[in-house]
Amino acid sequence: MTDHKPMVTTRRRFLLGAAGVAGGAALMTLLPAGRAGATPAAMQAAIKAVIGSAPMREGRVKIELPPLVENGNAVPLSIAVESPMTDADHVKAIHIFTEKNPQPNVASFHLGPRAGTANIATRMRLADTQFVVAVAEMSDGSFWRDEIEVVVTLAACLEES
Amino acid sequence: MAARALINVPPTAKRGEIVVIKALISHEMESGFRPNAVGQLIPRNIIKEFVCTYNGVEVFRAEFFSAISANPFLSFTTVATESGTVTMTWKGDNGFFATESVAIAVE
Repeated sequence: MTDHKPMVTTRRRFLLGAAGVAGGAALMTLLPAGRAGATPAAMQAAIKAVIGSAPMREGRVKIELPPLVENGNAVPLSIAVESPMTDADHVKAIHIFTEKNPQPNVASFHLGPRAGTANIATRMRLADTQFVVAVAEMSDGSFWRDEIEVVVTLAACLEES
Repeated sequence: MAARALINVPPTAKRGEIVVIKALISHEMESGFRPNAVGQLIPRNIIKEFVCTYNGVEVFRAEFFSAISANPFLSFTTVATESGTVTMTWKGDNGFFATESVAIAVE
């Protein structure tokens, strides 16, 4: 069940992006300044800040979230990376990013051969229907990514307390 | 406010066994992006860092941002190398600090 998505713009992604831009523009006129939020471009910038100019490859990482989320306040998420986790070949770090939360960064996990496996679970907030991206940094300096689309019906973060 | 932390480490393990560690702590994780009743943003108050050490050696570290849910939960693995103490610490905004330790017996 590993469908490696090519990093090209499919029609679905293009439409999602276009909808995001239109929605974002509408929101900007409604909301006061300071609520700009992350955009796919902001996410790309955040990923760039982590990986630099290194190439990114698809595979080895698997991120799992429920495909349909009723409440975005606490969404279970798990990440697994294929790695022998030896001194010579292990996962150094895993970074999680989102497209449309107010901030692109979610969390960074730092591990090493003492971890034994690279299996991590936590719970995150989702402000909108969007893609969530996991990037794994290996001890040999390579970067691998996976992404998953999550549909959110009740958003987190922005409502009053 | 004292934070309540729950940690789960197997009390015993075989040498070289991979054990699952779970950690949960009570914390509101106020994101800094929510307005209050009069429209001003509530200041951010989150846990920013979690560290797990095994007999003093760091085996796992996490950096959290505002997108981590309230009452942050983490699950990860480590290799049971020797008997000793597993210590977890959480640090965050406004000088937040919490620590929990548990013994693990490795045979």
